[in-house]
Amino acid sequence: MASAETPTSPIREHVLANGLKVLVKEVRTAPLVSVWCWYRVGSADEGPGVTGVSHWCEHMNFKGTTNIPRDQVKGIIEQYGGFWNGYTFLDQTTYVETASTEAFEKMLFIEAERMASCLYHPDDCESERTVIISELQGGENDPEQLLDQELTAAAFRAHPYRNPVIGWQDDLQTMTRDDLYAHYRRHYRPNNATLVIVGDVDADEALARAEHHFGAIAPGPAARRVHTKEPEQVGERRVTVSREGTAAYLKVAFHAPAVTDPDFFPMLVLDAVLTGAKGLSLWASFRTPPPQRSARLYKALVDGGLASSVQGAMLPTRDPFLFMVSATLNDGADADVLEEITLAELDRVRQDGVTEDELRRAKAQLRARLVFENNSVTNIGHQIGFFETVASWQFYDALLPGTQAVTQAQVAEVAAKYLVATNRTIGWFEPVPEATDDEAATDAGAAGMANEGGLPDGSGDAGAGR
Amino acid sequence: MSAPRGLAPVRTVLGNGAVLTAKAAHAIPAVTIHATIQAGSVFDPPEHAGLANLVAQTMDRGTTTRTSDEIAIDLDNRGASLKVGLNRHIISVSCTCLTEDFADMLALVGDVVMNPSFPPDQVALRRGEIITNIRQDEDNPAAMAGEALLRLLYPGHPYAQRPAGSVESIETMPPAALRGFHETLFAPASLSVVIVGDVAEAQAIEAATRVFGGWDVAAPHAMPLPPVAPATTRQRLVLPMMNKSQADIAYGFATILRSDPAYYAYYLLNTILGQYSMGGRLGDRIREREGMAYYCFSSLDANVVPGPLVVRAGVNPTNVDKAVLAIDEELRRMAADGPTAKELDESKRYVIGAMPRTLETNAGIATFLQTSEFFCLGTDHDLELPALLHSVTLEQVHAAAAATLVPERAAVVIAGPYDDRG
Repeated sequence: MASAETPTSPIREHVLANGLKVLVKEVRTAPLVSVWCWYRVGSADEGPGVTGVSHWCEHMNFKGTTNIPRDQVKGIIEQYGGFWNGYTFLDQTTYVETASTEAFEKMLFIEAERMASCLYHPDDCESERTVIISELQGGENDPEQLLDQELTAAAFRAHPYRNPVIGWQDDLQTMTRDDLYAHYRRHYRPNNATLVIVGDVDADEALARAEHHFGAIAPGPAARRVHTKEPEQVGERRVTVSREGTAAYLKVAFHAPAVTDPDFFPMLVLDAVLTGAKGLSLWASFRTPPPQRSARLYKALVDGGLASSVQGAMLPTRDPFLFMVSATLNDGADADVLEEITLAELDRVRQDGVTEDELRRAKAQLRARLVFENNSVTNIGHQIGFFETVASWQFYDALLPGTQAVTQAQVAEVAAKYLVATNRTIGWFEPVPEATDDEAATDAGAAGMANEGGLPDGSGDAGAGR
Repeated sequence: MSAPRGLAPVRTVLGNGAVLTAKAAHAIPAVTIHATIQAGSVFDPPEHAGLANLVAQTMDRGTTTRTSDEIAIDLDNRGASLKVGLNRHIISVSCTCLTEDFADMLALVGDVVMNPSFPPDQVALRRGEIITNIRQDEDNPAAMAGEALLRLLYPGHPYAQRPAGSVESIETMPPAALRGFHETLFAPASLSVVIVGDVAEAQAIEAATRVFGGWDVAAPHAMPLPPVAPATTRQRLVLPMMNKSQADIAYGFATILRSDPAYYAYYLLNTILGQYSMGGRLGDRIREREGMAYYCFSSLDANVVPGPLVVRAGVNPTNVDKAVLAIDEELRRMAADGPTAKELDESKRYVIGAMPRTLETNAGIATFLQTSEFFCLGTDHDLELPALLHSVTLEQVHAAAAATLVPERAAVVIAGPYDDRG
């Protein structure tokens, strides 16, 4: 059996005197090591005027430090065959290097530099402004992202989860270097971070090296995270994005429990029954298509000829976010029927719950996904740090027993609790016909202005990468 | 120290011509089964553009002994993932499953490959999905630019065809064409099965032999592909999509065969030009220094035809001309001076050093072994690759750049909110 032959260790935890939590897991299946450094700051920590600042800081943190000159950034990890990257999401910002074991020391050095000594040169801030706006505009090219952004903004009244991770365009145009640097200094502190090391290393030695590189970095005042409770939704909301396009998209979102809520695992099972189990890794799950052909919404919508695809998303978040179902209307199919059947299926499971057979199948799927998504040192490191940032690293080990312990009654209970009409927001991307060439020549500006006026700018992507 | 053993997969050729390759890897209790058939979109008959894709989308939706629903339950009860993919040359069936499900999932993959029944209701559903996907692509500047570039680079060649076909060709595709495509091209002689994961090689080979050993179908007739005419002038095409926020640039050349001795020089040229670190020289200038784009990179697909080297960038419409000019300049500079010794050395170290990462996962190993099989590189290609890359000289990369990176012979497509009609 694989488990007997796989040389892995349990997770070791050590907190440095400055508050940096270090988590190490030995995985000696390849001569590789993955280092992830996580910060408890994401788009949920941003206020008006500075939306997107966390993501922009993430970009700036690849542009040289006191001890890594700007022109020596390129290739610093690639020299060891490695890759490095980062991403920003609702609750977190994270950075990763994975490379051959000989690069381990260099990886720790880079992350320590990133934590304490990034430059934020004004010229680099300006140059990156246009890169990020380009990233945002690339996202806007995708109608489904536009809809996602509008729907999320409509579903939340108070909680900053309503803002796109990449920010609103006007904020990106007006934010200053001082805004960026102040955000960086406030949040990039050892006592606001978790360092995760996974791979071909000795745990004791790895902890000693982490102490060596990070031990002298001074802690800062604890940054207060936003504590806003989204008021209960009291009626169905609806949003329509009308733009030129060729396909229509439907999204239905329900306010859903946070990852630490006892309802979270039953909701994962419910999502699996409706759209197939995706797994729990924002970094890796999407790489393996979900088993969904027997899922309720797939059968009703795709086998029913109404949609070319259907997906569900039940993301592990620190605060309550959304359970979202998305479908692409088949060319020539009736949008009203797609919505009606989607809502009818959601209503059916709300009233009747799931069958024993469906529960067993969903659990088997989740069990398999938890194996598939932990197939590399990079992916394991991601999961440990991700859950430490939104809950605790112990949650990583609790995923399998947690999902497998869900009962039929619990799934019925969460379906009845969350899938109610007053808790949902329905969104449509409605394609309007393309302007003719003549119209385009004379009216493009006006049409563009009308659209811009109706739609705030932004990418609305789930996460924003480097 | 003993010599490195490398992957050392077990490879066998069955009496019917099917090639089976297995590699045990026990990091997780899972197995990847990866089967390829040489039946990609270049085999589409001219009157049936998109046929290979429709076959790929439908072949796992019913066999002579299993209904679509039975396959769905079989997969979903186990949480197994089954994906049928298509490129210009192959259809691939890829399945990831837990170790305990290996034998059953291998049997399913075999059934899907050998005995698809193309049920009419499933063909109709997949037809609808593909048409919707084509419509979505028509609203996607990146997709439009990429497809148009290949039309400019490969006139009259199957590479110019959209693999998905057109709405018209898909709507009118006769069901008999799917069966005909399968009967003509699906045969053990064009099949390669790679199994990687938590199963011993001998056991994997034995199981695959049981599934595919009895498949008795004559080898397909060879279908020579037309030659690719070298470009002699610069071509430029603008696809205005005024409803979009960002313009996509696709800029490229037809290059060389994968079997060309210059391949590794081209590979490193592409790495230096548009891959290394944040998109090579192109990314360094267009994203890092000039802040014009979120992405700018190049890719190389040398294949059994002289495949393309393509530069891609997504830019604000006001920066299109500036970005194209920057690409022109960077290519001219590379063609004139070649890379520096430092660039070549760094790229070699990166590509060679990245191999353990590439070969860390079952899927990564399976892809590597399938590529090695398709291009006849041998089962020890992972051991040979470092030396092949090390042996590339600065002069060889410079020669590759000088021969190919000539902006006066480039094809350039711009799709997005940009119109140069005045």
